[in-house]
Amino acid sequence: MSVINQLTATKHTRGDVAPGQTARPHATFQGAKREFKKDGKPILAARNVFKSYRKGKLEVPVLRGVDFSIRPGEFTAVIGQSGSGKSTLLHLLGTLDAPDKGEIHFEGSRIDNLPAGQRDTLRNQQIGMIFQFYHLLPELSTLENVLTPLMIANGVFSYWRNKRQFVDRAKKLIDLVGLSHRLTHKPRELSGGEMQRAAIARALIAEPKLLLADEPTGNLDQKTGCEILDILKKLNREQNLTIVMVTHDQSIAAQADSIVSLVGGVVDKG
Amino acid sequence: MYKLLLSWRYLRTRYIALASIVSVTLGVGTLIVVNSVMAGFAHEMHVRLKGILSDIVFESHSLDGFTRPDWHAKEIRKLVGDDLVSLTTAVHVPAIVHIKARGQLLPRQVMLIGVDEATYGDVSQFREYLLHEENRKQLSFQLREDGYGDKDHPLPPSGWQHRRAWTVIEKEYLKQQEEMYRESQKLEGKQPLPLKSGPEIPESPFARSKPDAEKTEEFDKSKEQYTGAILGIALGCIKQRDPEGKVKDYYLCRPGDDVTITFASAGEKPRALNQHFTVVDFYESKMSEYDSGFVFVPLKALQEARVMTDAVTTIQLKLKPGADLNAVRDKLRVRFPAEEYPYRIQTWRDMQGPLLSAVQMETTLLNILLFLIIAVAGFGILATFFMIVVEKTKDIGILKALGAPSRGVMSIFLSYGFSLGLVGSGAGMIGGLLFVVYINDIAKVVEWITGHEVFDPTVYYFSRIPTIIEPMTIVGVVFGAVLIAVMASVLPALRAARLHPVQALRYE
Repeated sequence: MSVINQLTATKHTRGDVAPGQTARPHATFQGAKREFKKDGKPILAARNVFKSYRKGKLEVPVLRGVDFSIRPGEFTAVIGQSGSGKSTLLHLLGTLDAPDKGEIHFEGSRIDNLPAGQRDTLRNQQIGMIFQFYHLLPELSTLENVLTPLMIANGVFSYWRNKRQFVDRAKKLIDLVGLSHRLTHKPRELSGGEMQRAAIARALIAEPKLLLADEPTGNLDQKTGCEILDILKKLNREQNLTIVMVTHDQSIAAQADSIVSLVGGVVDKG
Repeated sequence: MYKLLLSWRYLRTRYIALASIVSVTLGVGTLIVVNSVMAGFAHEMHVRLKGILSDIVFESHSLDGFTRPDWHAKEIRKLVGDDLVSLTTAVHVPAIVHIKARGQLLPRQVMLIGVDEATYGDVSQFREYLLHEENRKQLSFQLREDGYGDKDHPLPPSGWQHRRAWTVIEKEYLKQQEEMYRESQKLEGKQPLPLKSGPEIPESPFARSKPDAEKTEEFDKSKEQYTGAILGIALGCIKQRDPEGKVKDYYLCRPGDDVTITFASAGEKPRALNQHFTVVDFYESKMSEYDSGFVFVPLKALQEARVMTDAVTTIQLKLKPGADLNAVRDKLRVRFPAEEYPYRIQTWRDMQGPLLSAVQMETTLLNILLFLIIAVAGFGILATFFMIVVEKTKDIGILKALGAPSRGVMSIFLSYGFSLGLVGSGAGMIGGLLFVVYINDIAKVVEWITGHEVFDPTVYYFSRIPTIIEPMTIVGVVFGAVLIAVMASVLPALRAARLHPVQALRYE
């Protein structure tokens, strides 16, 4: 079943779902961690990943052998101090950057050494990303921003042929994140929370298996941050979307299924 | 798809880039104007240069010319076949024409051309330039009653009308002179001598043996004319500004007046011959070189006067439009090799080669210079684009994070450059074409503002600025400008494509 169908199916219940009080017993986020099948193959794995940056002549090591894996449907928070390399790790997971050493595996195959074209396609179709600063294109309206990944994936002609279908899908997603009243607004006319909602809709339009979130609430006030987090949790719960979220905020990380804590460039097992 | 959408959005929202293509617009506009005006000039020049030249000309080396023109005509017809429209023979001889004006004889150095009335008009556009309507239909060396001049070129009263009136004035003037002479003689106490109007001609020893009837009959100027001659308008008229600054024509002579022409006879020892001719018309080709340098008289009369029997100095051919002049010329050159025949065979282009190539070169140079201007505009686009790429660094990072390949990012900026070039040169094209269409009105406005005449008719003989819009030139100019704009956006686009997504996303 496609994500869209699931989305439409859950559309009506969206308003009823509030943290802590839901009909489904297994989806209590503040409560005990959900159980995953231990033998489930990891969807994403980092194997002994090293990365360092150059600052002039100085080489600054950021990641020093990071090792962890994430199973499908898991909501993982990567937590760490500023400068602990959590954003870098997310970029590596999203193939935006390549590790100096080590491997990244996605669905069992290595992705960090793929040719540029294949990595582009992977980012476009399998991995959705949202950022702290939303990163919407200022020239495009909300709807167009959400459609951007589809425009990238399709040529002019196939895009025009399927335009109606694409627009419908985008509208459903925008509705899901609660932004239907802002379809034609440009990003500068939206609030921070609205921009992040649009960014989530954009990340999901290509029906990815994995969502990488880089401090999605970092630039929002408490209440809006909670709303965004609720959306992410709902997506994780209802569509079994695997989410990796980077944050420095313990209270937000606490809402995730599992926490990967980065200290000094390695995963803190403690 | 996102490429087109984004470049379209950038085009609509970045006005600074539009400013950078103003120079493209100006360059394209200027190029179109210059090319149209130059093409107009070149065309006018072609028409005028060719005006009295036919397509192919046989030109004898000597003034004595060559005999058997009929045989040549037959051979040429055989050789050229269907391409030949008409053929005429003529005699060219350097001469001096003396125009009597304001009581003085004004000598002018000219080429005297004896032409065949029946065929000459068909070979070149000569006939179209004559100032009498009837002569334009059928060339004639008979003086007409009146009706000279037309709307574009009004002439003062001319023809028989003028000739009769002038004879009366002349007679009165002579009578006055005679009376004054008598008076002065009387005052000095001398017996007045009979006054003669003109030098005394010594009586010919053979005159007596001839029947005297014809000889004694005096030439009555008011009823008879000498052999007709057609003068270039610049010989008989001076263009000058009057005190108010308007261009006016001052006539030295007009149809109906007599002129004396001095030319060389044919033969081993050429003698100078003096003959009276009556001006029967002017021709105005608007090519000052021709208008001030040629006098046309009937071929037979000139051949007779120069004692050259049937010899001619030139044969002129008119070919069908579109015929390959050079091929026909070469065919004729093979048939009449220069080693055997005393003339050279040339096309009109060969004869006017230097002038035509000078115009061609001017056009080429101007095109190069103006394209350099557009190239300068290209560097403006380059600089602006680098700025835009820097400004859009974050957006480029976003696109890459969303999976846009480097090629796609590059083509956003390339298509942006392309559309900028298209807009710039499109605006330039429209502006340039409007300018060309209204160029004469614009010239008038400029004249009115500056008080200077932009286009001096005393220099160019055109009353309006000639323009020709050549679609191919415009397509070429626009294509070139768009190409320059695209090329200028290549470097910034490459830079955009090479941006590292992580660094681009960090960029704040």
